Amino acid sequence: MTDLAQLQSDALARIEAADDAEALEALRIEFLGKQGSISALMKTLGKMTPEERQEQAPKIQGARTAVADAITARKEAFEAEELERKLATERLDLTLPAPEAPKGSVHPVSQVMDELAEIFADLGFSVATGPEIEDDWHNFTALNMAETHPARAMHDTFYFPDRDADGNRMLLRTHTSPVQIRSMMKQGAPIRIIAPGRVYRSDSDATHTPMFHQVEGLVIDKDINLGHLKWTLETFLKAFFERDDIVLRLRPSYFPFTEPSVEVDVGWKDVGGRRVLGGDGDAPGHGWMELLGSGMVNRRVIEFAGLDPDEWQGFAFGVGVDRLAMLKYGMDDLRAFFDGDQRWLDHYGFSPFDQPTLSAGVGAGA
Amino acid sequence: MKFSLEWLKYFLETDASAADIAAALNRIGHEVEGIEDPAEKLSGFRVAKVLTAAKHPDADKLQVLTVDTGEGDPLQVVCGAPNARAGMKGVLGLPGAVVPANGMELRKSAIRGVESNGMMCSVRELELGEEHDGIIELPEDAPVGQTFAEYHDASPVFDVAITPNRPDCMGVQGIARDLAAAGLGTFKPVEASEIVASGECPVEIRTDDPEGCPAFYGRVIRGVDNTKPSPEWMQRRLIAAGQRPISALVDATNYLMLAFGRPAHVYDLAKLSGAVVARRAKDGETVEALNEKTYTLDDTMTVIADDNGVHDIAGIMGGEHSGATTSTTDVLLEIAYFDPERIGVTGRKLGLASDARTRFERGVDPAFLDDGLALLTDLIVKTCGGTPTEVVRAGTPPTEAKTVKFDPELTERLGGIAVSQDEQRAILTSLDFTVGDDWTVTCPPRRHDIEGPADLVEEVVRIHGIDNVESTPLPRRPGVALPTATPLQQVERKLRRAAAARGLNEAITWSFLPTAEAEHFADGAELWVLDNPISEDMKAMRPSLIPGLLSAAKRNADRGADGARLFEIGRRYFRGKDGASDEKPTLGVVLSGEKTPRGWASGKAAKFDAYDAKAEAMALLEAAGAPVANLMVMGEAGDQFHPGQSATLRLGPKNVLARFGAIHPNTLKAFDIDGPVMAVEIFLDAIPAKKGGGFARSAYSPPALQAITRDFAFLVPADLAAGDLVKAVRGSDKKAIVDARVFDVFAGQGVPEGKKSVAVEVVLQPGEKSFTDEEIKAISDNIVKNAAKQGAELRG
Repeated sequence: MTDLAQLQSDALARIEAADDAEALEALRIEFLGKQGSISALMKTLGKMTPEERQEQAPKIQGARTAVADAITARKEAFEAEELERKLATERLDLTLPAPEAPKGSVHPVSQVMDELAEIFADLGFSVATGPEIEDDWHNFTALNMAETHPARAMHDTFYFPDRDADGNRMLLRTHTSPVQIRSMMKQGAPIRIIAPGRVYRSDSDATHTPMFHQVEGLVIDKDINLGHLKWTLETFLKAFFERDDIVLRLRPSYFPFTEPSVEVDVGWKDVGGRRVLGGDGDAPGHGWMELLGSGMVNRRVIEFAGLDPDEWQGFAFGVGVDRLAMLKYGMDDLRAFFDGDQRWLDHYGFSPFDQPTLSAGVGAGA
Repeated sequence: MKFSLEWLKYFLETDASAADIAAALNRIGHEVEGIEDPAEKLSGFRVAKVLTAAKHPDADKLQVLTVDTGEGDPLQVVCGAPNARAGMKGVLGLPGAVVPANGMELRKSAIRGVESNGMMCSVRELELGEEHDGIIELPEDAPVGQTFAEYHDASPVFDVAITPNRPDCMGVQGIARDLAAAGLGTFKPVEASEIVASGECPVEIRTDDPEGCPAFYGRVIRGVDNTKPSPEWMQRRLIAAGQRPISALVDATNYLMLAFGRPAHVYDLAKLSGAVVARRAKDGETVEALNEKTYTLDDTMTVIADDNGVHDIAGIMGGEHSGATTSTTDVLLEIAYFDPERIGVTGRKLGLASDARTRFERGVDPAFLDDGLALLTDLIVKTCGGTPTEVVRAGTPPTEAKTVKFDPELTERLGGIAVSQDEQRAILTSLDFTVGDDWTVTCPPRRHDIEGPADLVEEVVRIHGIDNVESTPLPRRPGVALPTATPLQQVERKLRRAAAARGLNEAITWSFLPTAEAEHFADGAELWVLDNPISEDMKAMRPSLIPGLLSAAKRNADRGADGARLFEIGRRYFRGKDGASDEKPTLGVVLSGEKTPRGWASGKAAKFDAYDAKAEAMALLEAAGAPVANLMVMGEAGDQFHPGQSATLRLGPKNVLARFGAIHPNTLKAFDIDGPVMAVEIFLDAIPAKKGGGFARSAYSPPALQAITRDFAFLVPADLAAGDLVKAVRGSDKKAIVDARVFDVFAGQGVPEGKKSVAVEVVLQPGEKSFTDEEIKAISDNIVKNAAKQGAELRG
């Protein structure tokens, strides 16, 4: 073995055997430092003849590279060990809880109103609003309920002592129907609106609260008939409940503001003691549930709203928003809707990202 | 309205089952709310014969019977009825049967040590009447062993909701007519039998109020006997209808009302004096009605009176003193036509509801006075005997028939269903309309609901079958549906989801508050206060969303919740123009209890503070599209807030967009809730609408050169608002300074009394070229100079 080979092999062995970064640094200086043994050999190259140099240079260079690489590798190994030791001291107990961000929620009534707006927008209906503190002309008279009309008394109306400038008695609207009148008076015809909002009746028990929510629908155009009403309600309910087997049963009824008037029942099926909408209500294990009131708008109402009933006709319907929410999302106590119980809101509320869209389905899965 | 199938069949010849009849009623607009089958209630009861009756060994009032049930050995039954005796037939309830009157299930038992295998029942126990003096005694020919349901021929009872436009169906006859038109059988109108009258009516009858009482007919019947109950067949029908039998005379009038929808009244002639007159009441006149309450009348109300005073609130309720009793022997029958509107007004004013009022205010058949009187006379004479006089008539009822020019094509145009002209004619005719060749339709006078052609369409469609209407798609515009939401609706929807995304739970609270709570938040506004609240807690319309949310937060705390973060989007109610309301869309937030629970990392639980409220206010205003960078933080959040920890956010000095902060301890006390509690109220109507449309953003590319930051620590007067200092700093070089942020506020050691130290980090953004040292120095000098104007000096 030449001297050089011996030097290299000794150097590599000692590098391998170095105990720590400090010892390694000493070896680096010993071999590769300015005064180092390999550095000294490098210096000899200058004094050599070209032939000698040509022969020796690659060997010396090679020894230098091998030693330098070994030092680097050993150094990295030391660093890796050091890091490992350090990290071992930084262990966290990740079974401990992370900071929690509060989860907010959207109230089921709002969620359902957004769903309604989305579905009816596709059918060309816009969302109209009106005052909740109404006058009795808009709430009753213009809807063909004169002062002496027995239906007025059936509304359990909340009254204010006040009268407006026209002498009309002020009250809390008992239904969203006055929005029909206001919308027709403001926009004229043709018109397609839904009007969701708060309504009030002096009634309180397990299934009634003095405040609740309704949505009104109104279509006034030419050539609109009961068939369009039926289609609209079917289409709406199918889209809302996202099922194709919704079956409606129309029953003649009476509302002063429509003629003919139609009460709409929806078929349901008993699923484990719960009524789930869908199917023919006359089928075994099924039944009918009264859900909507509707009809062809009474010509007097169209007249009161300032339109010509010989030119314009259409339909209107009304349905409880809270009721729709309960049927779709399974709540069974209306009073809890207005209690603001954090636990109930956490349970029945909706993620802000459950924005109803037609492409994703308007409903939010459980 | 309730009626039995048996009663219906008196007017309708039909083989249809109860279920078919119910389906048909629903189909034609008479909603069946229930069918009750008394046969079910009577299961377990049977006709039985008492073979022997002996005294109970240990009880004076009890007897031990042996009873033949028609099968097996006779049963031993203990019975307390005084009329129980050997040889009689009665109704035995067997063990397992449930007594209809009290829901008790019968069991084999020992009564005072004697075995009893059932119960002999009274009329009342089986809900067949009021009688309870003894057990039921059946006729000799009653077949022993037959089920009592079968023997009694118990008939199913329909409970039908009659819509207010159909008073003609508030009697069984009217329902039968409708069912017959719907093909359920043949209508059998009941003809009044000829009354053999004897002599003139001795009582003068007048109507001095032809407006309120256009017609008043009457007659006297002498020599009636009102001591016996009404006949069994009548009682049975009345009971099925939910009407308690009272006396033969009263039952007869009730029967007339329920069968024919025709209220009438019977006076005890002995209690009347002089002419019986329909007139207006005098202001302040009083009458004690049959419900034993005294009513004070006014001169808009029609009454029936004699020389002594008022005997009847016309069409609503009779008087206590002139009604028929068991000692009555001579009666005056009254059948009248009252103006429906006036009846309604009077009834509402008096707060008095009755079956008569329900019918009169909806409109009874004006052509049914004579027939009605004859039917009533007949019923009374047959039951109570007596001799009727001739009828006296005052006034005439408005029987002029209404005609409607009908176009049969309207049925399809409005109803969306093609019904042949022949069928339309047949339907209308079967409902008693007269249809002329030119389709002029004459309405029966009882059909007050028919106002025009649309009503006739409804008649045709409901009988033809409204469920047969074919769905017809609404025409839709070509292409994708257009957006419909108004700017306010867009803001509300966005805000709702932004608030929820920030961890707030949306609540819906009542629009009405207890008056004291509303007053507390009224800030001088005149409240809307209900005349007839459902409770004192729901009386005044809310002028703020905060009180409702505070109460909800309190309920949560009372239920042990650690905290509540609630928001609501709704209206506040104020006074508007011309007596109308001004309802302002508003978002309210209440933060109560713990902001973060105690934790392993953070230690103690943290409460909310006013900055949490500010954070919500700013973030939500930004979500609502308000120009938050331009908002001014000002005072006057309101008395409900902590004066030192609350503020308003304004766009200009007047336009308040929001208020926020800590709730005042006095307010917390008033709501009985532990603090601190934070609240925010954002006034959505005050947020300016975004100008301009379009989707393109303004042009922007990130600057190539890096921004630099410089820190400035100032000593400022302790009461200087940090916001003012920052504003001054930012204003020093509007181009170069892109941000200025307070990162430290300190007072105390090392800071002179009356001062505080505020440190601001300023971000400078170079444009095309980097800043030179001179430029930076110039900017810094300017910052210090501007800050000095606010009383700030740079700390050494």
